[in-house]
Amino acid sequence: MKKTLGNIYIVIIMLFLYLPILTLIALSFNEAKSMSVWTGFSLRWYEELFGSKLMMSAIANTFSIAILAALIATVVGTMAVLGMAAMKPRHENMLMAFNNIPMLNADIVTGIALMLFFLMIHWPRGYMSILFAHTTFCIPYVILSVKPRLNMNTDRLFEAALDLGASEKYAFRKIVIPELKPGIMTGFLLSFTMSVDDFIITYFTRGAGINTISTLIYSQVKVGIRPSMFALSTIIFLVALVVLIIVNVRQKREDMLLAAGA
Amino acid sequence: MASKKRFAVPFIIWIIAGTVIPLASIAYYGFSSRSGGFTFANIMAMFQHDHMQALGLSLLLAVISTVICLILAFPMAMILRESKWGKQGFLIFVIILPMWMNFLLRTMAWQVLLERQGVINAVITAMGLPRQELMNTPGAIVLGMVYDFLPFMILPIYNTVSKIDNHLIEAAYDLGASKAMTYAKVIIPLSVPGIVSGITMVFIPALTTFVISNMLGGGKINLIGNIIEQEFTVNSNWYLGSGLSLVMMVFIIASMLLLQKFDKTGGQNLI
Repeated sequence: MKKTLGNIYIVIIMLFLYLPILTLIALSFNEAKSMSVWTGFSLRWYEELFGSKLMMSAIANTFSIAILAALIATVVGTMAVLGMAAMKPRHENMLMAFNNIPMLNADIVTGIALMLFFLMIHWPRGYMSILFAHTTFCIPYVILSVKPRLNMNTDRLFEAALDLGASEKYAFRKIVIPELKPGIMTGFLLSFTMSVDDFIITYFTRGAGINTISTLIYSQVKVGIRPSMFALSTIIFLVALVVLIIVNVRQKREDMLLAAGA
Repeated sequence: MASKKRFAVPFIIWIIAGTVIPLASIAYYGFSSRSGGFTFANIMAMFQHDHMQALGLSLLLAVISTVICLILAFPMAMILRESKWGKQGFLIFVIILPMWMNFLLRTMAWQVLLERQGVINAVITAMGLPRQELMNTPGAIVLGMVYDFLPFMILPIYNTVSKIDNHLIEAAYDLGASKAMTYAKVIIPLSVPGIVSGITMVFIPALTTFVISNMLGGGKINLIGNIIEQEFTVNSNWYLGSGLSLVMMVFIIASMLLLQKFDKTGGQNLI
């Protein structure tokens, strides 16, 4: 009885989460522009999507900014973790407090603050200003993912490698980096996701001539949604689905290997 | 030592340029008048009637959506904890998946469903009932907030309840506690850190949003986020916009301090 109730509850929540998405997917294949009448199967909205220069450049911008911001944030953040480990706890705590600000602050405040900064120093708003802003809010995620990986053990292994005659560079490459690697990967992926998904900060820090997927959707919402947006939603949903399945399967395989090893 | 202080230099520069100076410039503009002098006018502008109304509505809708999310999420987290599926990660996967879709697209989906010519109205009229005005209402905005932010409530709560030791719950039952008693004295107190970070992750975006209210409120319902956004993008009055943002930040900080009082672990469960 209790189990049935639980399952019914799960189904209701799942319907709530997925019905809107499934509606978009269905409408993306609808021949008519109507949002309520089904007139037949068609791929015309997908053709419109891939034929639109505006859409294609927005997609390119979104992903190139996400990859670059995640890369820069990963390098700066990982170096910061290593640097902070050498500091007095008091200084480290102060830096960590500043590090948490962009994560805890409302996006609209972060966006406005960066916009005012760009205006004050006369930095023209466009691709580079978005990249700077995205890197700013990605760095905290990298630091919070990498920091827990650096511990006493890393230092001891590093010292041991030096004692055994490794050069500092070699020991760093062979000991420190592999120890931090899972955290670095998590930080990179989190940053990438945050950057792709961001709208509010991009909205305030972009210039007039540049769009990401999010800002393009927002500008279309005001004039009326075209079904090619539904086609875009469908593609994004499928890509997310495939990526998550791959990550899950890999995770499960690793867990099984770990279990077998233990 | 593997680490050297100078590795942190790029990070420190980034903090100064990306966080400290930008936030300081909000404070600078917030306390300046257009002519350049010091003023409290931009802060006091919050007391104007429509600004107060927008702030009040934002607080109200944010509280309602946070409470609804909490009510929906807690049973879900408990079911996930006990379910076989939960352990295999399948259900978690299903909850994370919508988060990977752009949140504008997710909000747009509700626009499509709620519109006058939309899907829900098509179903309603097919049943012979009159069309309903579902869009552009505070209810539509709350629905959008709950839909967009629900996973952010479920995941942190699930993270904490899944770590509760089963022995503690069994011990409570063995000692004669009723089900309600066990929840009140064991399960809920142990899940406070997750509840606190869930509330933070729902309440603050809901309080400050301008996107959901714009998309599902049709520009007719102004939240404090909309007012601030318009000062920057439409009216180009950065002074007033900054002043109002400063007041909004006071509410953000106040809500965080209030929540931290409940969470003794100090926000370790944020991600």
